[in-house]
Amino acid sequence: MEFFNSIDWMQMLRCFIVGGLICIIGQILIDKTKLTPARILVIFVTTGAILGGLGLYQYLVDFAGCGATVPLTGFGNALAKGAIDEVAKSGFVGAFIGGTKAAAGGIAAAVFFRIYCISYCKAKNEKAII
Amino acid sequence: MQKIGKQTIKLDTPPTILQTASIVGPKEADGPLASYFDQCLEDEFWGEKTWEKAESKIIKETVAMAIAKSGIPSEKIDFCFAGDLLNQCISSSFGLRELNIPFFGIFGACSTFVEALCMASVFLEGGAGSYALCAASSHFCSAEKQFRFPLELGNQRPPSSQWTVTGSGAAIVAKSGMGPYITHITPGKIVDMGIKDANNMGAAMAPAALDTLITHFKDTGRAPSYYDAILTGDLGYVGKEILIEMAETKGYNIRSNYNDCGVLIFDKEKQDTHSGGSGCACCGTVFSGYLFKMLQQKKYKKILLMATGALTNSTTSQQGESIPGIAHAVAIEL
Repeated sequence: MEFFNSIDWMQMLRCFIVGGLICIIGQILIDKTKLTPARILVIFVTTGAILGGLGLYQYLVDFAGCGATVPLTGFGNALAKGAIDEVAKSGFVGAFIGGTKAAAGGIAAAVFFRIYCISYCKAKNEKAII
Repeated sequence: MQKIGKQTIKLDTPPTILQTASIVGPKEADGPLASYFDQCLEDEFWGEKTWEKAESKIIKETVAMAIAKSGIPSEKIDFCFAGDLLNQCISSSFGLRELNIPFFGIFGACSTFVEALCMASVFLEGGAGSYALCAASSHFCSAEKQFRFPLELGNQRPPSSQWTVTGSGAAIVAKSGMGPYITHITPGKIVDMGIKDANNMGAAMAPAALDTLITHFKDTGRAPSYYDAILTGDLGYVGKEILIEMAETKGYNIRSNYNDCGVLIFDKEKQDTHSGGSGCACCGTVFSGYLFKMLQQKKYKKILLMATGALTNSTTSQQGESIPGIAHAVAIEL
């Protein structure tokens, strides 16, 4: 019960709406443009990185929490933020290591789950994917 | 045999399509034509380790079935014309490597099956042999992997995209027989209208289909109403509508007797196949399974089978090239 009382429902709603809106942009790009999913992915990450680098994305994170950090734009934001922070700590070379450092959790998880999947699962046609 | 008009060949002693066979995958087995196919597979691996091996097995077993059904011993079959969609036509050459019949590997993308029928007809009519085998195969999973994205990526498919048919169709063509006869063939020209979207093959191929269709009518002096059915290979819903409209502007009304194999093979609403079926096996299995039986039962007496192909590969798509289309037509009559 204490757990339920501790939930900030308004925060959750903001998270849901912002996260959903970011995904809707992706869906519109898939449906209405000829961009391949790989390009859409890159557009999202670089947009997040640019907005993060300009310090704008942080406003969205403050407002929506995970709704802004979980989508791909949040990954781009983490890369930019990590690079900026690391430059402050270790100088010029930080621009190269900071982004990867900040995103290390996501990168390692992606590699781990990919290896896990290809070891134990076999791709089938769409029946299985849906 | 003589050439009439611009690019049609009239076969004076027309070869007979003796027998056909078809094997399809699980998705096609859920479709409206399931009962017409000789065999429906329960999964797309069919006991093999990879999709490519599965596709080779499908074409191998389909060919074996066509030979068995025809009753012609395989030593008596003079030539084999076969092809598929995978690079260097590996499904056919690996699947048929133990066949021991002189083999011509052909590539016409999804038009391969009719291309094979065209070549076999000319060979037989020319006196080069008595029996020829025509086969084509495709596999949804191997085609997606090669032409679009690997299935593991779980990509969403746009509404104009088509569903590559998993399966294979094979036909035994004989120099003489009781029909159905291949009376005319109209090989198509490459037509490229500059469409670049690999997810909209129907629109890319429709102009080629129009070109072959109109040329066939002009060369033979026939009208669309001459045929009980005019069937394109895999234009799908999008390409089918484009072809009907374009034909109308050229003065040919094909609305009443025209359909597309890619439209027939799946139930668009129930099966979520978007614009319909595609692939070498689309025309191959629909002809070998459904249309050949319609001809045998005399429900159709004259059909024009026109398979369409998108002559593209993944490298040209990535380099931003447009998709050249082609369509080959055969007139099959009782």
